Amino acid sequence: MQALEGVKVLDFSWIVAGPTATKVMGDYGATVIKVEGTTRHDVTRTAYSVWVGGIPGMNRSGLFAWYNSSKYGITLNLNNPSSKEVARRLVDWSDIVVENFTPGTMTRWGLDYNSLKRIKPDVIMISASMEGQTGPRATQPGFGTMLQAGAGFTNFIGWPDRGPVGLSIMYTDFVAPWFMVIAAMVSLEHRRQSGEGQYIDLSQMEASIPFLSSAILNYVANGQIETASGNRSSEYCPHGVYRCCGEDRWCAIAIYSDEEWRAFCSVMGDLPWAIDPRFFTLQNRKENEDELDKLIETWTVGQEAEGVMHRLQAKGVAAGIIENGNDCLEADPQLKHRHHFLEVDHPEMGAHLSESSSFILSKTPINVRRSPCLGEHNEFVCTQILNMSDEEFIKTLAEGAFG
Amino acid sequence: MEENVKLTQRGVLQPYRVLDLTDNKGYFCSKILAELGADVIKIEPPGVNLSIEKGPYYHGKYGLERSLLWMAFNTSKRCISLNLGLTQGQEIFRQLVKTSHFVIESLPPGHMDDKGLGYNVLSELNPQIIMTSITPFGQSGPYRDYNDGDLVVSALSGFSYLSGDQDRAPLRFSVEQSSVQAGSQAAMAILIAHHYRQLSGEGQYIDVSMHECMALCTWVQKPEWAYLKNMYRRQGVRQFRSHASARVIWPCRDGYVAWRIWTGGESHFTEAFINYMNSEGMGQELAGVKFGISYDEVTQELIENWERPIGEFMLRHTKSELVDAALKWGFTLYPVNTPEDLLDNNQLKARDYWVEVEYPDFGVSVSYPGAPFKSTAPMWQISHNAPLIGEHNKEIYTELGLSLENIAELMRNNVI
Repeated sequence: MQALEGVKVLDFSWIVAGPTATKVMGDYGATVIKVEGTTRHDVTRTAYSVWVGGIPGMNRSGLFAWYNSSKYGITLNLNNPSSKEVARRLVDWSDIVVENFTPGTMTRWGLDYNSLKRIKPDVIMISASMEGQTGPRATQPGFGTMLQAGAGFTNFIGWPDRGPVGLSIMYTDFVAPWFMVIAAMVSLEHRRQSGEGQYIDLSQMEASIPFLSSAILNYVANGQIETASGNRSSEYCPHGVYRCCGEDRWCAIAIYSDEEWRAFCSVMGDLPWAIDPRFFTLQNRKENEDELDKLIETWTVGQEAEGVMHRLQAKGVAAGIIENGNDCLEADPQLKHRHHFLEVDHPEMGAHLSESSSFILSKTPINVRRSPCLGEHNEFVCTQILNMSDEEFIKTLAEGAFG
Repeated sequence: MEENVKLTQRGVLQPYRVLDLTDNKGYFCSKILAELGADVIKIEPPGVNLSIEKGPYYHGKYGLERSLLWMAFNTSKRCISLNLGLTQGQEIFRQLVKTSHFVIESLPPGHMDDKGLGYNVLSELNPQIIMTSITPFGQSGPYRDYNDGDLVVSALSGFSYLSGDQDRAPLRFSVEQSSVQAGSQAAMAILIAHHYRQLSGEGQYIDVSMHECMALCTWVQKPEWAYLKNMYRRQGVRQFRSHASARVIWPCRDGYVAWRIWTGGESHFTEAFINYMNSEGMGQELAGVKFGISYDEVTQELIENWERPIGEFMLRHTKSELVDAALKWGFTLYPVNTPEDLLDNNQLKARDYWVEVEYPDFGVSVSYPGAPFKSTAPMWQISHNAPLIGEHNKEIYTELGLSLENIAELMRNNVI
């Protein structure tokens, strides 16, 4: 048995944040029906050119596969009357409806919360937009690529002598999904207690800002403006990322106590510079940090990053290589041990890798199943889930409901 | 402070009690549950706790409860002190487990078992208990006992590889992210397990790995390697899509903004920006450019040529001019906001985002980030400020049925 078996999710979401949330629910057992437009499929199917095996195709996008496991897929042409009837019956079937369009989009399709409530009074609807459904900026279009700057993240990544660089991903898309699932779960709890459904208005910006709480409090309470500090820490030294041998190979090293510093020195073979008194204490090291970082790199640069990490960890010193995609997927023994990546089979892409989650539930484990092809489950959903007769399905099909 | 004053107005998790043994790895997790209404009892060992030995401090003055990390992430919880190193302390903890619904801990793997407080023991006492461990690498595997920290976990997950300039080392976030990622993902896991328990009556054990929490936050890095053996690389202020990288962070007159040239299906956002430039008599160099071409067709040279006049245009404008224009013209631009900017943000103000939390001991109220989502039925609130260590000893130990003499004796024996 899986934890969310019996939970029914109608998923209009697309791109990253919404699909990641519904992937979690599907991977842990919910029945998720992903609805795509006939003229407006999820853009990750075509837009990023991550084709499995390098062969393009509507059902061959590795990105779509990665973020849409464990879902059924149907297509609806939401301007078509008989398609609207299918949508109505899906709403009636569902516990939770999820979407992440710019505010106003669901209303144009007659699928706003008030309309859904008329179909199913205790429905739970979750809208996850950039800045929420209300307020002067509700209709500002955007993607996580930019929103992470607006939410305050970009400001905190960079070197002190250069401007902020931010992340080369859309970080808010990896914050909002967790709160979408949290909102879904507490709404189910609320429905158990009260018999009532509800509407969740999640601003991805608002969900993200608590991730910077300590820096925000430092400003609010102390008037201190924290800025990006490279890889350094105000508390510890050394605390950096050091070049190792090979192309773009690095090892992160963090020393949390003077005892760890001595262990670090002994791993380096007590080099003359390392046992110099100007590096004895945290305060000494902080005062000479620029020089110290350069000296440490003279030790790491000739060695393999993995070797540096393992020798330091063997003496209890915090160290870790900067893993790239190759390291994570093919070398990292910890991710392998945890079965973080696992293989699924797909009718067009064949066997390919997918990603699990960050947690193991002891009694109701994760079960990652493959992503759907475009419109693959139109018939299955209508006849097996909505219990349409074959005649009814064929009529709906002929009327152009599925495009 | 008068206790219980605000504790009566609680949210959707009001029927449930959480025993929270975490350090900063789990603060955010139990804060989320507390602000959804759960009765979270933060359990701290008497004496020094290394996890709150971290600055910065309120008004720069050292003090356990003055740590901003403590203040930021422990609101809405009650706090007792309890020494789990002593058998008497362990016994009190086992009593508390009988009337609780969740246990969250972040000790190194194996330590709870050593204290006789592992899941096997706790689930005997209370089969419905959901116990969660949040650790850097999880409960098993070759890295299980590795020395950790945000820098190391961010490095090993692939997360750090994605940020920074190519001519220097990859970068971590200057504000720790692995603990808040783990906190929110663990809260999600707990509520999934809770849903199952409410239907089945069964509790269970949850093993959260911070390493995996961060590995999940890397967008195309893993799929690109898994399917194409392509290395997704950091590119400073630029970002790759297909063969070319576009500038994402732009200097403007008074700071930085995030914007990029979109092509393909998103080219209308670029065209909206060009319309804005044209309305100010600029951007003629870009007249007739077909931004609708696919990402695969965009070369590095092409995109950098397009970017040149745009860079000049950005430098002539302030953040707020560009932000207002984005809404008016319909293009995707956000400013690089600082905490100061966020506190002053009109949209957040219009949605009553910030919450004032009173600190009577300091004689101040402090603005906190508010609800992660709004709901038609009220579910979320900050019920009170971060507690002092042991602030609720008397209240909670009395609830357990201990007399004042018992409590005094436990204090003498250093149990609480």
